[in-house]
Amino acid sequence: MRILVVEDDTILADGLRAGLSLGGATVDCVATCADAEAALATSTFSAVVLDLMLPDGSGLDVLRGLRRRADRTPVVLLTARDAVADRIAGLDGGADDYLGKPFDLDELSARIRAVVRRASGRAAGILEHGGIRLDPGSLAVTVDGVAVTVSRREVMVLAALMERPDVLRSKAELEERLYGWQEEVESNAVEVHMHNLRAKIGRHAIETVRGLGYRMRALA
Amino acid sequence: MRSLRVRLFTILLLATGLIWLSAVAWIYLGSKREVEQVLDNRLQEAARMVGSLVGAIGGTGPGGAPGAIPAPMSYERQLSCQIWSLDGRMVARSSGAPERRLTDAPAGFSQREVDGETWRVFTLEDAGKGVRVMVGDRLGLRERLVTDLIMGLVAPALLVVPLLGMLIWASLGRGLRPLRRMARDLAGRDADDMSAIDAGRAPAEVRPLADALNGLFLKVEAARRHEREVTAFAAHELRTPLAGLKLQAQVAMAATDPEVAKVALRQILAAVDRTTRLVRQLLDAARLDAAGDMPPLAEVDVGALVAETVDGMRTPTGVRTQIDPGLRGYRLLADPEGLRLAVRNLHENAVQHMQTGTVAWGVRPDGGGIVVRDEGPGIPEDELPHVTTRFFRGRHKSATGSGLGLAIAEMASRRSGLSLRLRNRTDRPGIEAEIARG
Repeated sequence: MRILVVEDDTILADGLRAGLSLGGATVDCVATCADAEAALATSTFSAVVLDLMLPDGSGLDVLRGLRRRADRTPVVLLTARDAVADRIAGLDGGADDYLGKPFDLDELSARIRAVVRRASGRAAGILEHGGIRLDPGSLAVTVDGVAVTVSRREVMVLAALMERPDVLRSKAELEERLYGWQEEVESNAVEVHMHNLRAKIGRHAIETVRGLGYRMRALA
Repeated sequence: MRSLRVRLFTILLLATGLIWLSAVAWIYLGSKREVEQVLDNRLQEAARMVGSLVGAIGGTGPGGAPGAIPAPMSYERQLSCQIWSLDGRMVARSSGAPERRLTDAPAGFSQREVDGETWRVFTLEDAGKGVRVMVGDRLGLRERLVTDLIMGLVAPALLVVPLLGMLIWASLGRGLRPLRRMARDLAGRDADDMSAIDAGRAPAEVRPLADALNGLFLKVEAARRHEREVTAFAAHELRTPLAGLKLQAQVAMAATDPEVAKVALRQILAAVDRTTRLVRQLLDAARLDAAGDMPPLAEVDVGALVAETVDGMRTPTGVRTQIDPGLRGYRLLADPEGLRLAVRNLHENAVQHMQTGTVAWGVRPDGGGIVVRDEGPGIPEDELPHVTTRFFRGRHKSATGSGLGLAIAEMASRRSGLSLRLRNRTDRPGIEAEIARG
């Protein structure tokens, strides 16, 4: 899961980056409306955590711009003003959820998972495909009821595939979801993760479509 | 006297009564003089008439019984007439006239007490006929005449007074109605209702009051709005670092990587420092807000104050503080506490926008104030007028700024009767802030 954090307070932004990373997300941080627009225009994110009071304008403007472009990326608003009117303005502006500062890291993570899940059209929180179960909250993976130890990146690859099991995910798409801007990506990183993942959850669980990408193998 | 109505009523009634009494006194005195004159003329006239009659009935010889003289006028026998011969015998007297001689005066007007009554007598001496004609009337009667006249005036007035009182009372009630209506309107208001009173409807006398109240409403409303804004901003500015604190604490607890936990703990320390400063600034701003009056000003040794204030502050390793020797012993009439606040916040503001460089304190070239120059990025010209607005944070805001520092510096300077001026340096990027009189 790749998340864009738009927050101008450095300590809070740093905390969001560290905290959400602990939950298995890849986090990119920007501090202004302008940078947020640029990031949203060039990259795809699973969700956006958006502060309302930014130095060069209101987060609401970023949100409206996003929705005007028919971009349905889920947005969780963060704000220190939790007057009802502000909340209504935020939700009406196209936000999927709303959190008042200060908030709980676990709650924020859960809400982000929830809006991502809703955006992908799933009802249940746990991802399931065949005998494989993935809990996005705890990042725990079980195969036929047996717990499997997987790395953070491997979970992210698996989650990306399991969110929409029948949709092909290209290598570039997976890379984008796995790595933030500052991270160096090895050219064969996705292949390496795929190899390790197959070794842990079963050789045939993931299907490779040459030249196009990966998807979960269709159930018999 | 509590009630305006009672007060006005009393004043009006007393004034009316006083004017009436003076009028009555005036009329009394005037009438009395007039009546006396008229009656005196009558005495004279009567005496002359009798004198001429005496001539016509000349046959009435001395020693004869007093002859019948036609009764003098019918007004309750007011006039009495005696005719005496020059040698002192009574020749005649009118009916009802006293037996005793009315006067010893040989001629003209005189007054005398006869039979217990004071008479006013006019004597006409006719040497040719050898008689003195005396015509007199009683002063008591005259007095009564005047009194009757006055009573005729006063009696209806006494009847009218209560009527007038009632009329005044009712009119006052009616006249004071706009005041009562305003009071009722005001009493029926919500505590939040700061809308203006309709002064247009109020009478001219009440309008100043209505205008004054409206002015007060405006001020109270502005103060409340200001308070609300400040509270909202303060809440925002406090909650963000608190959110950072909480998040970093949760990261520190949840992190399995000790390096991540350590970074988070370091961030917590930074957040606590920042929040501490923010709280201090909020309290400073609130204190400046609350202290309404001008504080006592004193001669402040600015050099010592700057050195002392700056000494106690932490500065990043790359930033140097330089205090011009000329500032040593430089004195400025100011509120010491306010100046200290201004200096501290200006210094903090300068330092937090710089990674490296020098913050230089000195005396303004013309000696009229103090100036501090930093080597930060400066402030965009269009933001300069707003940077002293509370919670304003420009595009160049630092990570640790609260938007309060310059506002506090400005408020604190103003309290000392000084003003804070900010401008971009011309020689290099940076801000030049000066505190000067006027």
